Parts: sequence; structure tokens; C-alpha cells
Amino acid sequence: MYTDILIIGAGVTGCAVARVLSRYEAGITVIDRGADVAEGASKANSGIVHAGFDAHPGTLKAKLNVEGAKMYPALCEELGVPYSQPGALVLGFSEEDRQTLKTLVRQGEENGVPGVRLIERDEVLAMEPNTNPEVVCALYAPTSGLTSPYEMTFALADHAAVNGAKFRLNEEVEGVTKGQDGLWHVTTDKDEHTCKILVNCAGVGAATIHNMMSSDLLHIIDRRGQYYLLDRMQTLPFRMTMFQCPTKMGKGVLVSPTVHGNLLLGPSAEDIEDELDTSTTAEGLKFVLDKCRLTWPKATTRGTITNFSGIRAHEEKGDFVIGAVGGQENAYETVGIESPGLSAAPAIGEMVGELIAREQGLVKKGQIVPPIARKKPFHAMTTEERAEAVAENPLYGNLVCRCEVVTEAEIREAIRRPVGATTIDGVKRRTRAGMGRCQGGFCSPRVAEIISEELHIPMTEVTKCGGTSRLLVGTIHDAMKEGC
Amino acid sequence: MNSKCVDILVIGAGPAGLAAAIAAKEDGIDNLLVLEREHNPGGILRQCIHNGFGLHRFKEELTGPEYAQRDIDRAREMGIEIQTDTTVLSVDGKTHTVTCVSSAHGVEIITAKAIILAMGCRERPRGALGTPGTRCAGIYSAGTAQKFVNLEGYMPGKRVVILGSGDIGLIMARRMTLQGAKVLACVELMPFSSGLNRNIVQCLNDYDIPLYLSHTVIDIKGRERLTGVTVAKVDANRQPIPGSEIEFDCDTLLLSVGLIPENELSEGAGVKLSPLTSGAEVDDVLQTNLPGIFACGNVLHVHDLVDHVSNESFRAGHAAAAYVRGQLSGGDTLDVRDGDGVRGTVPQRIRKGVSEEVDLMFRPSGVFRNATCIVTCGGREIARKKAPIFTPGEMAVVKLKPEIVAGLDDTVTVTIERS
Amino acid sequence: MEITCINCPVGCRLSVTLENGQVTSVTGNTCKRGEIYARQECVDPQRMVTAVIPVAGSAMPLSVKTRTPIPKKLIDECMKALSAVEIAAPVKAGSVVLANVCGTGVDIIATKSVGA
Repeated sequence: MYTDILIIGAGVTGCAVARVLSRYEAGITVIDRGADVAEGASKANSGIVHAGFDAHPGTLKAKLNVEGAKMYPALCEELGVPYSQPGALVLGFSEEDRQTLKTLVRQGEENGVPGVRLIERDEVLAMEPNTNPEVVCALYAPTSGLTSPYEMTFALADHAAVNGAKFRLNEEVEGVTKGQDGLWHVTTDKDEHTCKILVNCAGVGAATIHNMMSSDLLHIIDRRGQYYLLDRMQTLPFRMTMFQCPTKMGKGVLVSPTVHGNLLLGPSAEDIEDELDTSTTAEGLKFVLDKCRLTWPKATTRGTITNFSGIRAHEEKGDFVIGAVGGQENAYETVGIESPGLSAAPAIGEMVGELIAREQGLVKKGQIVPPIARKKPFHAMTTEERAEAVAENPLYGNLVCRCEVVTEAEIREAIRRPVGATTIDGVKRRTRAGMGRCQGGFCSPRVAEIISEELHIPMTEVTKCGGTSRLLVGTIHDAMKEGC
Repeated sequence: MNSKCVDILVIGAGPAGLAAAIAAKEDGIDNLLVLEREHNPGGILRQCIHNGFGLHRFKEELTGPEYAQRDIDRAREMGIEIQTDTTVLSVDGKTHTVTCVSSAHGVEIITAKAIILAMGCRERPRGALGTPGTRCAGIYSAGTAQKFVNLEGYMPGKRVVILGSGDIGLIMARRMTLQGAKVLACVELMPFSSGLNRNIVQCLNDYDIPLYLSHTVIDIKGRERLTGVTVAKVDANRQPIPGSEIEFDCDTLLLSVGLIPENELSEGAGVKLSPLTSGAEVDDVLQTNLPGIFACGNVLHVHDLVDHVSNESFRAGHAAAAYVRGQLSGGDTLDVRDGDGVRGTVPQRIRKGVSEEVDLMFRPSGVFRNATCIVTCGGREIARKKAPIFTPGEMAVVKLKPEIVAGLDDTVTVTIERS
Repeated sequence: MEITCINCPVGCRLSVTLENGQVTSVTGNTCKRGEIYARQECVDPQRMVTAVIPVAGSAMPLSVKTRTPIPKKLIDECMKALSAVEIAAPVKAGSVVLANVCGTGVDIIATKSVGA
């Protein structure tokens, strides 16, 4: 199958690049091995739009973080993605930490982060009274924000799709070669593709893809971060994102509200062998809780909704690797996109997309289709808005997820979106159905039925997250016959 | 937006809501409405197809659907209106207005003189346990699996491990086995089962399913669908003992690790909850801290027996009817406290000066053999009950006779004493 | 021998004395049913069987039960017999789904109504 531009990887970076390229006259295909977009690191990270003081001045991380963070408020508004900007504190507990924080403040200033300053203990405790009183000082970053990383990815993918980009999911790239015809030949487990331009945004798999094209090898370390996600509560212990002083393994363990009002604790940082091993471990979770107590002495996992882990693609040399693939024509890449990858993604999309457009002489479309307007979620509507919504579409009257107040109308819409949900997890991330305190105990059978109806597949083919993750193994009829 | 007024609004048409509505109707309350979020009334009994219900109330052994049908039929005969497919979104505890939604009627605002909360309970999910491992398919709460099998006719798995020995888990061990699955083990963290003894006998022992007490699941494996779990023995502090691991190849893990009264609506209304029962704090007629708002059944505290749910709910229905007619005596109350060996006694208060029978219901905090439950009022013994065994798996009930209740003048304390 | 009464949720622990396969005494029961249960359980244990079976023309399965307990040793056979039952909606609660299951003289009946 031929396409002008083939993007490998439908995470937040790949989708951001696809969206920018979809402004141009070119056929675009995005391939991902996951059953959904955002199935890798994009679904399992802290959801922080970092202010941009962490990265060393002059690095791509620093530049793109600050640029990306500046784009977030307007982009989220345009795409209908939740965003808030509560600010962040980085806590210092010693004079040594104070020196580190001073360095970070200086970096922030150099990187062009607005409003970063060092504050003393009293101000910290006045801002966030549940902070460990042993705190000495803190870096305050008023522009630190929160978003929903997978919802951002879905929205980018949808916008690219309405402008013509094709998404091929459940498809894994196995080989990349340059043909005699000058085209890239990409072999997957399902198909053979040819394309003029190849863009590698494959997250934890990006080095593997790079090394298929280049002799200048890259090496990605798979760094796993484990988290606790706690239920929404009446009052959260912290309003802002609470960091600890960074180490060479990353930004350390944070305690932060999520953009949806849950509380997030994590991540750990462990280098692992298997880029797909997103299991959690007793040690990793204990590490997270122990570390959190430094920030929040009363830290508790009471009200835990789930624990999860994500894998960050850490490139050995430490910085993002972005641009044309060295020594190759018509090949571009974004490799080593770990934190602050989410924050930088919109800027990476612009940088890579526009680079490709310029170098390849792409022509801008006469008309770019605007994003599909996102309806307000039922749970956020006023009573009057809810009444109107049901009057317009009676399916808003059928509540499916009682914990998160999600209706049948919204679940069907999530499946019908341009890059729609096909799995229980896909519906969950798009609508929050099953993300509440009962963890889908009540609603998952109904969600499965709706998926089965919308996709015209039997109930026994409905999966949690694609592949062999079927919910049901058969009918009672089959089981009884087999049992005999 | 539609709005209407009723005398009594019942939230939930499970066994609790139906019984409460029937009692209120018996007392002459005609302007009565029951709201139910599912398509059919009957609540969780609809999926409890096993027998063992109704021995106390009907003196015969019924299955869940049969028990529910009796109340549904009775409610229909009496002309009680049950509005199904309707979800309550919020309850205003001060104005007694309830906002609900359905596709048939849109958003409705219903004002009621009295409200009976009968929303039932939900199962504790995996997240609450903090079990590490993968987040693959094949992990269900026992009740979700029960729904798939009994109401939808699908098998959630073929090789099953059950974590927790709550009654639904035990019942599902037998159900899955009978329908053709292999149940490998039932694993319980505590040194005793939290389910009823009869269920250990007829659901596990009858089918040679081993029960591992003082064990838990410490790892969950499988990238897409579950492929196995690791079980380990735990020490006295419930910590896994290294070296005691047992591996099970299974495609399904069912969780039966506790039930939680579903009180989000109650909390939103301003109903005061007990941290011990996770249900409302109520007086002897099941009235919450908010006048005219009553709670009964599993939303109040998790019961073992539907017969007890029905009895409790009749009481709430009668009390709500009396409240609507201005005939419910209020005034001062005396506190009921948990003494040694006792957890979460309901009711938490008894009205002073009434002379009606009161059932004190609680869960023992541990296993006590040949023990006596003693109820005192200001240090004076007012009731006692001996039993060969008190266990957390079985709710205990001590009755206070009307003449005893009439004479109460101080805090009531419930204690279990070892003989 | 020691057995647990399964008649009701109290679950009394019963002590049964057997002589030559005959029950000579039962203690530990708190009601008459306990003694009857013990005498039966030690000689010929019986169980109620409940299950669900598919119904042609209905998305919902039908829940069924043996009208009275059947010998425990026949549970497997009873399920086999049930798996061969073909039934179509509508079914009324209480109607016989399978008469005289496994020659026990006990009928299997529907415990709910399915279909119109």
C-alpha cells in the first residue's frame, strides 16, 4: 500500500506531527502496534505540562518544553482538551537542595520560563499547608499546568483524521528498507507499505526503527515509572503539583492533582529490559509511597483507584533526538521523547511537521477542517444543560457509568469519533466510564454491549485493550457443551 | 424540565426499596414513587440465581429471582409506581428535592416529603487492594462475573482463581464450576472466611475447591489476557512470607474482597456517614441525621441475608409513612456504642421514651467461640445472647424488647465477652 | 462425625454419631431441620441445583432450579442433562424445563420468566 508520508507511532508526538502535516496536500498514514492511539507512554505519565526549568539551557528539551507549554492553553481550548494551570512547587529540604533549586531557578530564567522564583518555608506552607513542615524552601513555578495526556493524543489524532490522515492500529512494524525505487518499504505484521517520507515517532520502539535506517545507532533505555491514582476527593491535599528535587534518574516523585481532580502519586524510575513490561511491583509501589511521605507526611493510598506504570524512552545521551535521520533522505524522527515530552509535543509537532513541509516542498491545503467541537461532558453540565442534552438526544438519559456520570450518548460518540474507541480501555480514556471508584464493575458489561453493537462484533470479540484481551471466553451454551 | 411532588420517594427498587415502598403503601401512602436505574426492578437478586433466600420471611427456600418477584408482584398489586431506567443524579437533603434522568422523561426534579435511600452496595475493586502486576483482561469482581454468566449468558473465563472468600465469590466458585469452568482455588487473606459457613461447604467442599486461608495474591501476570497469578501465605501482619509462593495458571481472577455501601448520593445530600459501616448513621427507625431521610438495606450496612434487608426496610417504610403524617415521634436520642469485640452497630441512636422493639445489628470484630453478647445501658445489663460462634462473616442481631427500650436512659453499649 | 448444617445461614456445627451406617444421634443443631439434614447428609447427601441455560429467541439466559434437592452424586449428570435441553421463549417462571431429571423424580423448573 502506498502513502506519501508514513508515521510510525500514534502517541502524542506522532499524532502532533500528523496533525501539522495534515495541513498539507499529502497522503498521510499513521501506524501503531497498539489497539488505540496513546497506547504507550502517552497513556501512562504524570499529565503535567511542565513549566520548563528542568532542562539544561540550550537543549532541545529546554527549547521545546517552553515552546510547547506556551502553546498548551490555546491548543487545549481549540481541541477541547482539559487543561488547568495550578502551578508547581519543587521542594527543598536542605541547604544542598537550596543550591539545586537556585540552579533550577537560573535555568528557568535562561529557558525563558515566566515567574519562576525561590520561596521560603513560610510561603510554601502558606501556599500548601499539607506540605511536610521540614521543608526549607521551594522553587515556585506559576505556569506549571495539567492536562490529560491521552485525551490530548485523541484530539490530535481526530484533528489529523478529519484532515485526511489514516490511522492503522494493531499493526506492528517489522522492517524498514530503502527500495530501488527510492521509496521506503515498510513491512508490518499485517501488510507491506511503501512511502516517500518516513517519520519515526515510535516512542520506546523508536531506536529500533532508527537503527533499521541508520548505521549511527541510537540506544533507548526503557525507564519504567509506577504510579498510584487516587479517587477524587472532597478536598485534595494539594492544589499544585508538588515535586521533589530532581536526580539523574528524572524529576523524582511527585504528588499532584490530575486535571480531572484525582490525586496522582509517582513515578518510580527503574530501568528495565522489556519495553512493553508495564506491570507494577510491590517494591516499586512501596518506593513511591515512601518517597511521597517526604512531600506529604500523611500520604495514604486509601481511596486508590488503580496503580499503573508507564515506560519512558530515555535516550542514552539525554536529549531529544529530533529532525532528519542522519545519512538518509526522506526520513525524519523524534527519538528519546521522555519527560518533558508531553509538554513539548505540540512544539515537536510544529518543528518536525514544518521541517518536512519545507524540505519536501509540500503545498498547504486551501482549506483546513477545524477540529470537531467537543461537547461538554454530561458530568460537567448544569441541570439545565443536562435537560437540553436529553431533549436533543435521549441517549443522554441512559446513565451507564454511575461513578463518573457517563451516559450512553457519550459512549457511542466515543466509538464514532474519527479515531474512535474500539476497546473497553478506549472508551474509558475517552469518556471516563469505568475510571471511577467501582473500576468498571457495574458499567463494563454495558460498555461491552455498546461496543459490540457499534462495531458489529459479537460480545466475545470485545477486548479490554486489543489483541487477546477478550473479556469473555464464550457463551454458557459453548461452555456447557464443552464441559460434557 | 419536569418537576413533581410526592409524599415518599424511594431510591432503588432492589429488595430494600421494594420492601420500604410496600410498607409505606400499606400505611396508606399513595403518592409514592420508586426510582430504579436498571431496566428491571429486583436489584442484585436478579443475578443471584442460587437458592437460599427467604427462609426467615417466607419459610421456604427461594432463588434470588423468585424472592425478588414476590416483592415486585406485591408492589404491582398494590399499585406502587416503579419508574425504571432512571438514575438519580443528586439529592438535596435540605429541600428534599431529587434530580434524576431517564431517556423517557428527561431530567426530572422530584420533591418528596420523605426520601428512603435504598441504593444498595458495590464491590471493592482491585485498585483498593493495591495488588501489583499487569492490568490485563480477565480480572473481575465476582458480581460482575455473576452478571455476565447469569444475566447475559457469557463465560468470563475457564480457569479461575478467586481472591477473597466473600459469599458472592463462594457462590461464583460453584456457579463457574457447574457451567463448565475449572476453579483452581479460593484465596483468603484472613485466617477465617468472610463468607457464610454453609457456602464454604456447598460451594467449595462439594466441588473439592481448595480454600487457602491466610494467603493472598501477590502478582498478576499476562500482558493482554490474564495468564496466571502468584499466591503467597501471609504472616500475622498480613505480609507475604517469602518462599511460600504458589503459581496458578489461570485466565480469570475473581475478586470477592468486600462490599461497600454506595453512598455518594447520601454524602452529596449531607447525610452523616459512619466510618465503620460506610453507611448512614441512623436512629432506631432508620432515620438519618437529616429529618425525613431514611436509609435501609445494603446502603445502610452490608447484610448477609436478604430476609434481614426486607425486615429492616419494612421498618424504614413504616417510619417514613409516619413521618409524612407527622406521627413520628422525635426528640432526644441515646447513643449506641460498640464495645469490645463489636464493630459498626446499627442503629447508632435510639429515640428516648419509645416502646418499640429494636434490633441491634453488628459485625463481630473477630472470631469468638462460645461467647456471649451483652448489651448494657449506663452499665446495667439489658440484654444478652449466647452463641457457639461469633464471626465477622455473619452479622449478629440482638433484639431489645419494647419494655426494655422504653426504660433506656443512658448510652447503650454492645460487647462480646468470651465465656 | 462433624458436619456443617447448610439449611440456613446460621450454619450450625453438628456432631453426628453413626453406627453401622445408621445415624444414632445428632447434637449441635439449633432447630429440627438440622437433625433432618444431618440424618440425610450422612447417609445420602442431597443438594439443590441451580443453573442458567440458553433460550432460543432471547438474549437473556433462563435461570432454573431443581424443585427439591437431588442426590449430590447426580449433580454432574443433572448438568449434562440440562446442557441438552433446548428451550425457546417465552418461558414462564415455575414451568417445567426438564421433567424427572436423571430419574430422580424431581423436575427442573424455571425460576424466572423470559420473553413475552
